[in-house]
Amino acid sequence: MKTTKAAAYPYVLWLILFTAIPMLIVFYYAFTNEAGSFTLMNFKDMADYSIVFFNSFRLAIISTLICLVLGYPMAYAMSKLGRRGRTAAMIMIMVPMWMNFLLRTYAWLTILENNGLLNAFLSAVHMPELHIINTPAAVGIGMVYNYLPFMILPIYNSLEAIDNSLIEAARDMGCSSSQVFTKVVLPLSIPGTVSGIIMVFIPAVSTFVISKILGGGASILIGDLIEMQFLGGTYDANMGAAISLVMMVIITLFTMITNKIDKDNDEGSVLMS
Amino acid sequence: MKKKRAVPSKVYMAVVFIFMYAPIVLLMIFSFNNSKSRSVWRGFTLKWYRSLIHNDTIIHALEVTLAVSILAALIATILGTSAALGIFAMRRRPRQITMNANNIPMMNPDIILGVSLMLMFIFMARTMHLQIFRLGFLTLLIAHITFNTPYVILSVMPRLRQMDQKQYEAARDLGATNMQAFRLVVLPQIKSGIVTGLILSFTMSIDDVVVSYFTSGPTTETLGVIIFGMTRKRISPEINALCTIMFVVVLLLLLLINYRELKVNEEEAQE
Repeated sequence: MKTTKAAAYPYVLWLILFTAIPMLIVFYYAFTNEAGSFTLMNFKDMADYSIVFFNSFRLAIISTLICLVLGYPMAYAMSKLGRRGRTAAMIMIMVPMWMNFLLRTYAWLTILENNGLLNAFLSAVHMPELHIINTPAAVGIGMVYNYLPFMILPIYNSLEAIDNSLIEAARDMGCSSSQVFTKVVLPLSIPGTVSGIIMVFIPAVSTFVISKILGGGASILIGDLIEMQFLGGTYDANMGAAISLVMMVIITLFTMITNKIDKDNDEGSVLMS
Repeated sequence: MKKKRAVPSKVYMAVVFIFMYAPIVLLMIFSFNNSKSRSVWRGFTLKWYRSLIHNDTIIHALEVTLAVSILAALIATILGTSAALGIFAMRRRPRQITMNANNIPMMNPDIILGVSLMLMFIFMARTMHLQIFRLGFLTLLIAHITFNTPYVILSVMPRLRQMDQKQYEAARDLGATNMQAFRLVVLPQIKSGIVTGLILSFTMSIDDVVVSYFTSGPTTETLGVIIFGMTRKRISPEINALCTIMFVVVLLLLLLINYRELKVNEEEAQE
């Protein structure tokens, strides 16, 4: 089908108009001031927000690690199920994922708030009440809850793709169960694990919805900072663009470094689950 | 040996699933609660559903959401399917470049996509005086098409790869025009990918909050944006009711996709 190459041109044009040009405009705003002249002040002024950057990264890294620790065993257990069980487990992982993530986050608000379900339960069993809402811990819980499927699915896919005869061969050669895992299963599941880490870290480090709902403004993240520059009280599009640019650079670097671990990355298979 | 290991792993899976579903189930139960309280049960009621229907803001937002989701899904499906066909016909190098460019809207965080589009629209409207780019329905629609299309391409591409190229060539040799060969040979083979892309786009548009938050105008706020606004102020149990309805709708759509895929897989197994 040689003649159909032109069928991609409308979309290529679309990508230029609504992906490339917006990116260039972010660049333009980031390096200019309100009057439109070149400046690096936006980046210099960003130093004031270094604590926000630090907090965002800390929270995103912790959440990603918790997702990894919870998600890997889950993916492993799923891959050991029978055919039907695996399909059912996959669907069960995906159902909440396809649901509005505001809803999922909001559900945790009703659990964690001071007169919420958790404290109602704790006082019913005569335990001291907990104050989790509006703390970084609540935001972390929201992140783990929302993004856990992003960790489980790619790991599961890479585990499921492992050829069983490799595992049997390793056994025949005298590997113990733990050796089979560390020498065969774990290395082969690295690509999925890398995808999982990227797919959790990126939304976690850039969210502002979760921190707004569960953090109650007490723990400001990079996402909140960007949102504030555009739609919040402190309108400063140039500053907002500069922060966005820094976040984009950091995310690109993070993705590149993480992908280095997994070298065979043809046609950007990262997001395909 | 196998049995022994199965028990703890099943318990672990059960615990993870409870973690994933308990909040949603609780939320849905409390949408029927006869009290403003979201933690104490005061009997069954449907009043939150009733007041939801009479809430003009929510109904208007629902209309906007449905309109933008349906339109964006349809346009993205046409644009994406056409793009997939074109990319498939490309040589290796341009194909890789286009696919990588296609990944940008997917790999970028929502907030960057939203902010960059918003900046461009504002720039177009203020500096270039192109009034059609003032934040409103059109900008919202453009944004949704932008994040939907990559997923359509990713749904259609595998179907194209699986397709038997020789059939198309045979059709052309036997005198079919390019269009006829496409309609009669190619289209039936990639149809399931197209439909999956369409449904996927629709669900993603319905689900979106962040991109819509930045690209919608004051009179074209989507349901997600409205709910987000409500969760930040005084929260009403109406949201629980609304979420329950949305959950059921998305669940039905998801079952539809999976049923389709199951059917397609069975058909393939039979062949």
